Amino acid sequence: MGTQTLPNDPFNIIITGVGGQGNVLASRVLANMLVRRGYDVTIGETFGASQRGGSVMSHIRVSTRGAWSPQIPKGKADMVVSLEPVEAIRVMKDYGNEEVRILVNDRPIYPVGVIAGELNYPALDEIAGALKDLSKHVWFIDATEEAIRLGNPILGNVIMIGAACGLGILPVGRAEFAEVMKESLAADKLEINLAAFDLGAAKPAAAA
Amino acid sequence: MSKLIDPREGVRVLLMGNEAIVRGALEAGVNVAAGYPGTPSSEIVQNLADVAGERNLYVEWSVNEKVAMEVAAAASFAKLRSLCAMKQNGVNVASDFLLHLTAAGTRGGMVLVTCDDPGALSSVNEGESRHFARMVEVPLLEPGDFQEAKDMTKWAFELSEEIRNLVVLRSVTRMSHASGNVTLGRLSDAQPKAEFKYNGFILDPLEGPVVSAPVPYKHTLQQEKLKRVREIFEESPFNTYAGPEKPDLLVVTSSACTLYSREAIDVLGVKDRVGLFKLGTTWPLPPELLKKRLASTDQVLIVEEVIPFLEENVKILAAETAREIGVKTFFGKNDGTLPSIGELNPDLVAVAIAKILGIDHVAMPPEYEKKATLMSFAKAPNRELTFCPGCPHRASFWAIHHALLMDNRLGFVCGDIGCYSMAALPCGFSTLKTLHAMGSGTGVASGFGQLHRFGMEQPAMTVCGDSTFFASVMPALVNAIHHRAELTVVVLDNSGTAMTGFQPHPGLKVNAMGGDVPALDIARICAAMGAKVEVRDPFQIEETRETLIRLLDQKGVKVLIMRQMCALSPEKRAKKNYEVKVDEALCLGETCGCNRLCTRVFRCPALVWDKERKKARVDEVLCAGCGVCALICPAGAIRKEEVA
Repeated sequence: MGTQTLPNDPFNIIITGVGGQGNVLASRVLANMLVRRGYDVTIGETFGASQRGGSVMSHIRVSTRGAWSPQIPKGKADMVVSLEPVEAIRVMKDYGNEEVRILVNDRPIYPVGVIAGELNYPALDEIAGALKDLSKHVWFIDATEEAIRLGNPILGNVIMIGAACGLGILPVGRAEFAEVMKESLAADKLEINLAAFDLGAAKPAAAA
Repeated sequence: MSKLIDPREGVRVLLMGNEAIVRGALEAGVNVAAGYPGTPSSEIVQNLADVAGERNLYVEWSVNEKVAMEVAAAASFAKLRSLCAMKQNGVNVASDFLLHLTAAGTRGGMVLVTCDDPGALSSVNEGESRHFARMVEVPLLEPGDFQEAKDMTKWAFELSEEIRNLVVLRSVTRMSHASGNVTLGRLSDAQPKAEFKYNGFILDPLEGPVVSAPVPYKHTLQQEKLKRVREIFEESPFNTYAGPEKPDLLVVTSSACTLYSREAIDVLGVKDRVGLFKLGTTWPLPPELLKKRLASTDQVLIVEEVIPFLEENVKILAAETAREIGVKTFFGKNDGTLPSIGELNPDLVAVAIAKILGIDHVAMPPEYEKKATLMSFAKAPNRELTFCPGCPHRASFWAIHHALLMDNRLGFVCGDIGCYSMAALPCGFSTLKTLHAMGSGTGVASGFGQLHRFGMEQPAMTVCGDSTFFASVMPALVNAIHHRAELTVVVLDNSGTAMTGFQPHPGLKVNAMGGDVPALDIARICAAMGAKVEVRDPFQIEETRETLIRLLDQKGVKVLIMRQMCALSPEKRAKKNYEVKVDEALCLGETCGCNRLCTRVFRCPALVWDKERKKARVDEVLCAGCGVCALICPAGAIRKEEVA
């Protein structure tokens, strides 16, 4: 899996989700995988006041031409990895285009305004319709459900990284993931993370 | 091993801006570091504390920023190298000492790292620290990428020793909390001995006493140092230029705005027309270098965030040298080319450049933009900020909100800085009605507590966090007690500086480096000051509320400590006390008569409303198992079971 060159330089990835989903960790892992391959990577993170429940977004810029803005320019996302369904729609307003590849974890986390009955949370097929109207390439992935089956819902983010690599357009894959995780994880946790990655990597092909 | 003490020189690693600053300090051989937590600065002192053992450092989370700077200064006076880090608001706190410090001068290299937050991404204002460098007459450095964040920090120590004064290094959220590639340099192995020499002549900068007197002499000396700095800055590799010899437009910028400007020029494809003059040394400006660049063009765009600090300084220099360089047209904040509030991004800069050059620039096809905007509005419900599932503040403010209602005198809460600032929002039942600086809730409430003599019938009340209590509430509390204010103070004690990532404070038995330290007891301190003190667990909602109602009715200064650990604390994280479930047979749904207290009012992200079944439901992935919601359901439908 993986290619040797970037489809665009800089190649722009957004990882978005809700505070507490392991978004920041996911962006660091993916970025470190790319750094290992010699790329210049810039990550911008918006997590300051995002207590659990707020939107959290990371921008990853991958390049062979040095550091870029930690904020992706308007309309220039190449890939969106959304750990929560409506967050994918939210980022399209600023960064979307018809060619962006969108991977969506299908497990909603309801904003408190929705819980309180003040706001509406659209049904999943409605979200899918909206995203498909905004991009030609959309994949829905049951990452949280799979992670619960693996024993811990937090592994949803690793499944989504696996799925991102499974698209075959990033110049990194399982080998780089394993290397990065080996550095930061206890040995007994490596296996379950690799299992989550593999599960995710197989998803785009299965969903297509 | 932390990657920040990786001994391999020349290796390229991914570092956060704050980590790059730490690495730079370690390569410079920093010995002492101190600070007070504040986003986006907190990772600096935290990361230094984590390697304190291996690198033989002393690192502390000081009680507040002023004391942090004093602690770091002592190390400098004893010829060690020291670093002090804080968010911009912290510089305000430290500024009293800052003026004295820079007037008297330093010895060992001393660097103040200040992290500003343009756009107030994690602040309640977008204050600006660059002015302090000009105000207290010391050099200001601003890294323009991650490599520079490291290299500039290292160099800042050398510069500080060359001029024997403090050097300010200013970062912003998009530098501190962004990450990029950094090539590592050599870690310092210097092991200096600390000694404070004071027996020399009073004017001796290295062996005399450290004082700012005689003022005329010391102030003149300080300004002469700045002249020397100007000369050094003329040659600095941190000031760079990329673009044609005679550009149609010269962009003058610094900091993260360098990355935005570079990107904007790239997006517009105008690198043959636009020059990018990036300054790493933004105060005092190097005049010759600036003159050379300004002379090469007629049009100048200054790109910076929030206040037009660079713009004003460049314009002063341009006015002074107009005879030599000619008259320029300036674009920036003053003329409205760039917004005067909020953070910038590549698009705002691209729009500004396109407008000046008269280029058509469409970032997103208008039809697509319209469609995406409409969908975002219609289908992506807003995520308002809220307390985490299991957060003790939700329970505390539930008790406070209901106590104030039952007290029935239109009471309100004065607040300050912490997660609990969000009690101004629906998640805290909108109980917080004033919100200012650290410790200001108690000070403002102390003032309200005197207004009964003017007929004010509302009870004065304030909340503060445990870290804030030590940082800045204590003087305000002394004031309230001494002046017989009528006041109820609630200390929301969640056992750490929670908002910024669990840094320890004087109320805990552990310090930044993990060492054993004596914990100071907030209850005993308040009692010793003369306040009436009670301690409650906010998860015992009813008892807490009743206690508060009783205290509100009593005279004098009363302190109620609501003690319950933060749900994200390392001790508590991912450990549920209770399995919580909704008994659907008992849940009355919309017919309950409570107006859906559980989901409509209590607003915990983990207690959701099932639209199809028309019942409340616990989201087991999000639930932290605090069990508080079980206490608020009038039908007893929310059941909690203790987890063994």
